[in-house]
Amino acid sequence: MSTNKISTQKVNFKVFRFNADVDYLPYYENYTMDVTSEEVVLDVLNRIKWDHDGSFSYRRSCRHGICGACAIKVNGRSTLACKESMTTMVEYFGNEITLEPLSTKRAVKDMIIDKGDFWEKHAAATPYLVADIDECPSCENLVSPHDAEELDEADLCIQCGACHYACPVVEINSDFFGPAAFAAAYRFESDVRDNDKQRLIDVNEEKQGVWDCVKCFECAEVCPKDINPIDKITKLHQMAFKRGVAKNNVATRHAVGFLHSIKKHGMLDEGGLVLYSEGAHIVKHIPVALQMFRKGKIVMPWNMPKSDNLDEIQKLIKSSSTVKF
Amino acid sequence: MKKLKYALFTGCTAKQSTPEQMMSTMAVARKLDIELIELTEASCCGASHLQDYDDFLSLVLNARNIAYAEKHGLTMVTICNTCQLNTAMTKHRLDKNPELKARVNEKLSEVGLEYKGTSNVIHFLYAIIDDFGLDKIREMVVKPLSQFNIAPFYGCHNIRPSELHDESHKQKENPYNPTSLDDLIIACGGKNVDYEEKNKCCGFHVELQAPHTAAVLTGNAIAGATDNNADMMVTPCPLCHLKLDTQTKSASEAIGREVSLPVLHMQQMIGLALGCSAAELGLKHHVTEVNFI
Ligand code: SF4
Ligand code: SF4
Ligand code: SF4
Ligand code: SF4
Ligand code: FES
Repeated sequence: MSTNKISTQKVNFKVFRFNADVDYLPYYENYTMDVTSEEVVLDVLNRIKWDHDGSFSYRRSCRHGICGACAIKVNGRSTLACKESMTTMVEYFGNEITLEPLSTKRAVKDMIIDKGDFWEKHAAATPYLVADIDECPSCENLVSPHDAEELDEADLCIQCGACHYACPVVEINSDFFGPAAFAAAYRFESDVRDNDKQRLIDVNEEKQGVWDCVKCFECAEVCPKDINPIDKITKLHQMAFKRGVAKNNVATRHAVGFLHSIKKHGMLDEGGLVLYSEGAHIVKHIPVALQMFRKGKIVMPWNMPKSDNLDEIQKLIKSSSTVKF
Repeated sequence: MKKLKYALFTGCTAKQSTPEQMMSTMAVARKLDIELIELTEASCCGASHLQDYDDFLSLVLNARNIAYAEKHGLTMVTICNTCQLNTAMTKHRLDKNPELKARVNEKLSEVGLEYKGTSNVIHFLYAIIDDFGLDKIREMVVKPLSQFNIAPFYGCHNIRPSELHDESHKQKENPYNPTSLDDLIIACGGKNVDYEEKNKCCGFHVELQAPHTAAVLTGNAIAGATDNNADMMVTPCPLCHLKLDTQTKSASEAIGREVSLPVLHMQQMIGLALGCSAAELGLKHHVTEVNFI
């Protein structure tokens, strides 16, 4: 136990306010409060309601990082209000703190948002076990510790939505499942008892599936449960190849194309990769390619640089490959 | 101070579509008297895509690259955010999992190599900040960029996941409010521009499979910098550079607004401040012209 003394400091809060029933536009209210080093963000929300404005609204229930209700954004960072210490936030951002709902676009009242899109995506990922299990089994359906490890803690997700509303693709593409739904899909795809056939296909579909993830790691950074959704997304990519459901499309060819290129040159052949991935659709890249060519940014195939000791690389590809496409 | 010496992992982009990045890296290293030994044996890191297909193979190839740096007994320096992510991630996974490391080494032994875990992997930006020091850069500036507002574009893979990056460099970066590139701009005499997209993603990695998403992200970034009075942007990542420099047309179409700004590689910015010529820094290789030189 640390015996640190409790310290207090003044913090200026800029708080998002909006009531869809009466306001046309959201506005920000300022509150200055003395915050102690012991407090979490939820304590501040409570004090705004109790000491300043009883109409201030937010969701919370468990106060123990379990129900997932209290996620909001602090200076743009998604976080669980009941778990996030104010001291850390002040260390991160200084004494000017902005409190906003997870998605200002979806605000209903103050910190409360309409999480409908999140639940819709979650449901679409078939977030339950699909298995032929005897309704009156004579013994338990045991899962060995080794098999259980495959879940890689994906089962700890509390559906708080922090990652979903931190994801830039969710913001742009309304078809995209989003990191939490992918983590849920992975949780059941990695369960030895599950025998669903459709889930992995759905989450690998173009436009909505894992291939549209931009690999920004925002989801990994925000998750209060350290689920690391992007890691689960990577595993869903790998599963698609391993289980033979990966379609032959621009996204999968883009991944496989790296292997072909490395086999041939050690290095990546950038032009070759685009050609391999796009096939006949390469024509749409010609205008930009021409501009780049004029600026000396395109290396011709006959000038492609090669890695030294290429034979080593080729030997390793032969001996270490674990997947076929 | 002892002369700094590193093993340089150039990555593929510096050898192909961003020749100016290779030129300016070498020019800056000469100015700062940093010795860079190029790892000519290195393969592509797989750019975070090969691992989607074959994770184990990706580990083996990246471990091989690091093994060559270890052979030199040097810290590996990367000049691409995604190279940094993939290489440092490989190191992280192998160092904390002896069983996996043994499996990878079994393969590497077929070609007479071994991954030991003795070389650190660090992006050139942080090598400059941690080892060389911004104070020394400041002293060496002969042509400060004082007339310019410069918008830093950090690129995701140098700041997230923060836990990984905190292992490789001393400078602790807050992924929600990174400062290293801002500090570098100031050290070069420029004025750093604060804008919302500075730590956001440019969309590079889905350019082929999700072109609209990629274009919107690039457009938002350039628009954010423009609206905060930036004269130019600067980035430590050649992939971000490609996106911001060559894809302005699709980006403008996607966000319904004409956007375009000159974009410097971090090395070019340092080079300019230290008095390197435009030719040395390869400024003619930009698609969006660097019109202020
Ligand atoms: S890594 Fe992928 S899923 Fe995670 S936030 Fe970024 S785009 Fe979304
Ligand atoms: S993955 Fe993490 S951040 Fe996303 S919903 Fe689950 S617990 Fe929340
Ligand atoms: S990330 Fe890009 S530049 Fe770096 S090695 Fe991989 S392909 Fe090459
Ligand atoms: S900002 Fe763009 S290029 Fe840079 S790391 Fe992110 S996606 Fe890759
Ligand atoms: S109140 Fe339940 S997770 Fe915060």
